[in-house]
Amino acid sequence: MSTTEDSFNAFVTRCDVDSGEGALDDLTVGVKDNISTEGVETTCGSKVLEGYVPPYDATAVERLKDAGAHIVGKTNMDEFGMGTTTETSAFGVTRNPTNEEYVPGGSSGGSAAAVAAGDVDAALGTDTGGSVRCPAAFCGVVGLKPTYGLVSRYGLIAYANSLETIGPMARDVETTARVLDVIAGADERDGTCGAEAEDYVAAVEDTEGALEDATVAVPDELVGDGVEDGVRERFDDALETLRAEGAEVREVSMPSLEKALAAYYVIAMGEASSNLARFDGVRYGPGGEGDNWNEEFADARARFGDEVKRRIMLGTYALSEGYYGEYYDKAQNARALVRQDFDDVLDEADVVASPTMPLTPFRIGEALDDPLQMYLADANTTPVNLAGVPSISVPCGRAGEDDLPVGLQLTAGRFEEAKLLSVARDFEAAR
Amino acid sequence: MEDEKEKRVDAEDVRHVAELARVSVTDDEAEGFVEGFNDVLGYFETLDDVPGDVEAEDDFDNVMRADEPRPSLPQEDALANAEETEDGYFKGPSVS
Repeated sequence: MSTTEDSFNAFVTRCDVDSGEGALDDLTVGVKDNISTEGVETTCGSKVLEGYVPPYDATAVERLKDAGAHIVGKTNMDEFGMGTTTETSAFGVTRNPTNEEYVPGGSSGGSAAAVAAGDVDAALGTDTGGSVRCPAAFCGVVGLKPTYGLVSRYGLIAYANSLETIGPMARDVETTARVLDVIAGADERDGTCGAEAEDYVAAVEDTEGALEDATVAVPDELVGDGVEDGVRERFDDALETLRAEGAEVREVSMPSLEKALAAYYVIAMGEASSNLARFDGVRYGPGGEGDNWNEEFADARARFGDEVKRRIMLGTYALSEGYYGEYYDKAQNARALVRQDFDDVLDEADVVASPTMPLTPFRIGEALDDPLQMYLADANTTPVNLAGVPSISVPCGRAGEDDLPVGLQLTAGRFEEAKLLSVARDFEAAR
Repeated sequence: MEDEKEKRVDAEDVRHVAELARVSVTDDEAEGFVEGFNDVLGYFETLDDVPGDVEAEDDFDNVMRADEPRPSLPQEDALANAEETEDGYFKGPSVS
């Protein structure tokens, strides 16, 4: 592995943190640049945090170090995690290692590209509305968004607290499970993280027969007109593989999913407008100039990129007097319905399956000018975050004129990571 | 319908929200945000027919811990990233 070349601009900062022996001492790992690393610059892909050096490690990073993982760099990302392409980073676009004319997906695009290029064995990403699963699908690697509350968010620089999770990415399900095994479990520094972890390494050891008599639900709403033909073909192939392994595939309807994307964006933008209020250039990051404190703060915050400004402003608008009931209340009700639909379907089925992304990767520059078109690409990933359930993207072939990667998304019930990983491993071995 | 969306927000509205959010934007930038704002807010109309009385089944319990003092981040470390500090405190712009 070369530590000097970074052909795909997958890293914002290189480091060399090697902490001895443990369960992961054979792995090199990249850490997304919104996860705090003591003594190593952490920017969230933003000029607003340029030069910020965290005085402490995120719990997930501390656990990686305790397990002997060799941390080699901070990976590039859409600014503050806001994007589906890793083009909104203040530190340049990351390119897709499978074809450099295309985006790697986002927002954890640097993590996915570093894994796909073989620069690291595994990486941490974060997933607020698909930011681990989308780049995993686009770069042809594995990415897991754990159950909300399984992995501590302490030290994760917040964008939308009620939705986001830290999750592992790797070239295979086994390595993904090994990293989860180390980072999962209760942390007294995160009040939402109290769950007991299971043995995820054991869960992927012998998975033959994991799909025997399993029930796989396919929601009509996630395989409709928005899905490209080539992606649909690969998804149908994946369902064939699941059937051949003994699973029963069942079509289901989850009507609330039609509202999920809008609800997701209202909630995420609302939380962003509040969370990102802390960046005023006083405690960290470069300060601003002006005749009074309002002007100084506004000037420091002018360093945000367009997509971050857009979400802060739309969130501010949606939460403002007179609009709250129209947007935020409705979004919270839609969220409760989405959660209910997942509960109902997963009562009857073991996993929910869909294409991770309805399309193959955008060309670089293609999606940036039309925010709504970019948001619509998150239709299949965002419902999972509203429900808080675990979800994994595994490679399921290639499609389109340039033969680009397609991901299969599998979703299970809350804290059912062991089952989810075992099913994903069986699928990976069978195809 | 299309016209209604167009009218949702204009550059003046964008400047107002930018001021509320303490994000400085130029007039050109404000103009540039208008179309995207209207597209996204138009899409949020998807939520219009969501029922208003959804029973959210909440299966979470509050977990409390004892409120015992313990060491926190040393003051020096907490101040290390600030551009200006004074007597062990952050120094911000004067509020006038």
